[in-house]
Amino acid sequence: MLLAIDFALIIEKLVLIIIVVMASLVIAMYATYGERKIAAVLQDRRGPNRAGPFGILQPLADGLKLFFKEDIIPDFSSKFLFILGPSLAMLTAIMTSAIVPWGDKVHLFGRDISLQIADINVGILYVFAVVSMGVYGIMIGSWASNNKFSLMGGLRAASQIISYELAMGITIIALLMVTGTLSLKEMVLQQQAGYWNIVYQPLGFLLFLICAFAECNRAPFDLSEAESELIGGYHTEYSSMKLGFYLFSEYINMFISSVIMATLFFGGYDIPFVNEADYNQNLMAGLGVLALMAKVVCFIFLFMWVRWTIPRFRYDQLMNLGWRILIPISLFNMLVTGAIILLKQNNWHF
Amino acid sequence: MQALTNRVKQVDRRKMNFLEKLYLVAIFKGMLITFSHIFKKKPTINYPEKTRPFSPVFRGLHILNRDEEGRENCTACGLCAVACPAEAITMEAAERQTGEENLYREEKYAAKYEINMLRCIFCGLCEEACPKDAIYLSETFAPADYQRKQFIYKKEELLIPHPLEAPDAYKKALGNRVKRENIN
Repeated sequence: MLLAIDFALIIEKLVLIIIVVMASLVIAMYATYGERKIAAVLQDRRGPNRAGPFGILQPLADGLKLFFKEDIIPDFSSKFLFILGPSLAMLTAIMTSAIVPWGDKVHLFGRDISLQIADINVGILYVFAVVSMGVYGIMIGSWASNNKFSLMGGLRAASQIISYELAMGITIIALLMVTGTLSLKEMVLQQQAGYWNIVYQPLGFLLFLICAFAECNRAPFDLSEAESELIGGYHTEYSSMKLGFYLFSEYINMFISSVIMATLFFGGYDIPFVNEADYNQNLMAGLGVLALMAKVVCFIFLFMWVRWTIPRFRYDQLMNLGWRILIPISLFNMLVTGAIILLKQNNWHF
Repeated sequence: MQALTNRVKQVDRRKMNFLEKLYLVAIFKGMLITFSHIFKKKPTINYPEKTRPFSPVFRGLHILNRDEEGRENCTACGLCAVACPAEAITMEAAERQTGEENLYREEKYAAKYEINMLRCIFCGLCEEACPKDAIYLSETFAPADYQRKQFIYKKEELLIPHPLEAPDAYKKALGNRVKRENIN
């Protein structure tokens, strides 16, 4: 039969999608709790500790509160776009998780199940495409609000993301020259066999990290939100769960970019100093997922740590940093990487 | 210029070099500072569960006292109401009937005794004025209610629990407070 549909595959992927989406939502939820708790301990406070033991029910309470709030759509707003904005922000935030290799293959029910929803050969380009879509959510929402503060926030977000995406892209080119593949799965396999990419691209990682902060609109690059200057920036007019979506997508973005950084530079689900092939396949796959999550938690902590340390950049400082420092450095990084690869191909030894 | 304290720091106005312009070193230093705060002792007290210890002369809400047998001390003489600068106290006197000796210590007692807690300034003059040791200020504070009229405390709210019927509650209401004349 030509059109034989592998139903088991469809079910397998569906289950995987549901698990991944749910996991990212729950992690994003608890990232809000973590954010408040970390902010608190960094400022000698206690943080949320009323709802449940250690306040662990706080995110649920926050979510419930957002749902019960009155949903206001301003009269002068463009209604369709106003609703489209947060939906798009949320959608693009979740979509990125499709190509992340969460772990190695699991052997279940006589099938080898890959813990990756889609291993597409343009992997990292897909991430870029989707992440740059994310800014449309902010832009559309801010435009539709018909509010000058929102619009200002949206403009800032757009120009910021364009500026930093350039540096990020050039950094990725250098990384691709090292790995020779776009597929995230392939990259992880390479790092499992050899060294993590951070060894080859330390400067590249630093640049990527800075750009990731900017892409996530996190402090010190949260100019689009900038509550002290722009009230709430792009989400000034939003309320109820639409606001919740915006805030939530920020945390999902943070989670996903942590995953991407861990995958690109820190070996993804690779457990350091352990040869995975020596042990039980399912056990190692599970431990691999945990290893990835541990790396991600470290990155999320870094995100929050930076947010509660560094004040926001001024707009011209932001542009200066992006165009006059990060892009030249990333170009330099690319050139050096290229030169070294070229020399190696010509049998130079270091 | 002469410095007033030894904490003066001179502002460094020279141009930043390339490494400083990257901010990375400064950012890293700052992050170490914030990180060190994770291990610092937190000054916050988990309020409703834990409370700060009061000074022994703390003046909180009023309590109408009873003697050891549980009889009310107050004789409705009105000295507290006269002493009150905020005019927060009102009372009505009544004569003790036969058979009520276990309720009131003397022949006259307060049938009605009200303190408006919104007017009260918690100065403790009522306590000083009382010749019968009948009113004193407790360690309880921060009353909350939905209506203003609820802040006019009646005898039911003011009277201390019975020392024989509810000894624990009586002890708790007495608190660790020291009367001002006993301190000097």
